[in-house]
Amino acid sequence: MSLNKACAIAGVAESRLGVVPDSTVMTLQAEAMVAALAEAGLEKSDVDAVFSSGNWGRLPQLQVCEYLGIQPSYSDNTSVGGASFEFHLGHAAAAIQAELCKVAVILYGSTQRSRRERRIFEAHTDLGYQYEAPYGLPIPVGAYALAASRHMSQYGTTPEQLAELAVSTRSWAQLNPKAYRREPLTVDEVLASDMIASPLRRLDCCLVTDGGGCVVVVSPEIAKTLPKAPVWLLGQGESHSHAQISEMPDLTVTPAAQSGKRAFAMAGVTHSDLDVVEIYDSFTITVLLTLESLGFCKLGESGTFVSGGRTAPGGEFPLNTMGGGLSYCHPGQYGIFLLIEAVRQLRGECGDRQVANATLALASGTGGVLSSNSTVILGLE
Amino acid sequence: MAEELPDPDSAPYWEGIAAGELRYQRCAACDAAIFYPRSICPTCGTPEPAWHVSAGDGVVHACSIIHRAPPAHKDEAPYVVALVDLTEGFRMMSRIVDCDPDSVAVGQNVSVVYREDSDGTPAPYFVPSP
Repeated sequence: MSLNKACAIAGVAESRLGVVPDSTVMTLQAEAMVAALAEAGLEKSDVDAVFSSGNWGRLPQLQVCEYLGIQPSYSDNTSVGGASFEFHLGHAAAAIQAELCKVAVILYGSTQRSRRERRIFEAHTDLGYQYEAPYGLPIPVGAYALAASRHMSQYGTTPEQLAELAVSTRSWAQLNPKAYRREPLTVDEVLASDMIASPLRRLDCCLVTDGGGCVVVVSPEIAKTLPKAPVWLLGQGESHSHAQISEMPDLTVTPAAQSGKRAFAMAGVTHSDLDVVEIYDSFTITVLLTLESLGFCKLGESGTFVSGGRTAPGGEFPLNTMGGGLSYCHPGQYGIFLLIEAVRQLRGECGDRQVANATLALASGTGGVLSSNSTVILGLE
Repeated sequence: MAEELPDPDSAPYWEGIAAGELRYQRCAACDAAIFYPRSICPTCGTPEPAWHVSAGDGVVHACSIIHRAPPAHKDEAPYVVALVDLTEGFRMMSRIVDCDPDSVAVGQNVSVVYREDSDGTPAPYFVPSP
């Protein structure tokens, strides 16, 4: 069985992003859902399935559905960190294919910037974490720093190469009016920013912002009746390998190796067919590792791959075209924004940052401490 | 250590640490070294792995100097958190102590020492070794 064209994305929207003090996680999700449904030409009463991931409540799936007034007949709160929404898209496709639902919303909202709701990484000291807790590794940055340390030692990857990714991503953000950080950035500025957990510096790390998003996923039959050209799910894969960094099987290979393989096979496309790529950039190293694990370059070669402005506007590999978690927004679990941007690129709605003639896009979410990955490939008819 | 600890999986480990022993498990069926302690082998699924004592010698697999520490460890920064590969074939997180943080590198040989953490519980740390 395959999920190829089992569903299409009919609407996408962000809520207000950045610093949104007059909001809650509920208002941001409501805002995004209203906008995404309007774009899709659908009503709230059409929604029969809800997918969400939140770290802000006791039973967040129940809370958000209650707030929005939705009693779904299919409900999925898969919560595996920032990659959750790519998992959700695959799960929604499977549910739609099985005729368990027809119109699904994928939801996310966070006010972690304004309200300091950062419970996701509250210090856990029980179960497996008790063996890490004494040592004071800041989570998540310290875990990604360990992976970066290993990659640098094993392959000679340099801080300059990580910095270059941050600079290229900023260049995209400069073309996106919604991006949080739009001032110019240089490699030297990244290398001069405060060391947080070596080798990662302040500007190797994603933003901390508020924000929400919604993606409306529909059955093929419904997709063909709606105002926007459908963006089809062509392939999806998912996996997770560990919860804590000391249990990661190989610090340089993420679960994208497994999920990417399935996504490409399902879509029936190869790397060179892709026009635009959106890869979760919680940290600069996240992108380098994911590029390798997805097979865009050989293991150990991602530092060279991202050098020379290759991923910047005008470069040969358009990557994180909205400015990424590094410069556009990062409200905790950022993966939904990868889907939103991929859809907009395929529809040709991206203005100054539009990748010309984009017909095939890949979005790859990573969650936890390089723990989970889901990769999706999206395309036009 | 948190109030709920040790738990049934971890009690032999923490008792070992208090006695100056670094205990780990090994699967009787597939011979995999197992850390952290579990009631089942994560490689082959065989229940009740046997306890063993590590010699406490290892190699730094990855390391990071923590400059911006979590609140509970603010006064301790900068310090080196590392993943250490023990000779017996398991990996664990620890700190590399009693040395200049900048001197610690991947591939460095280290050996275990026992120190009390901030709430007085002994925990395993590592120091550079020849």
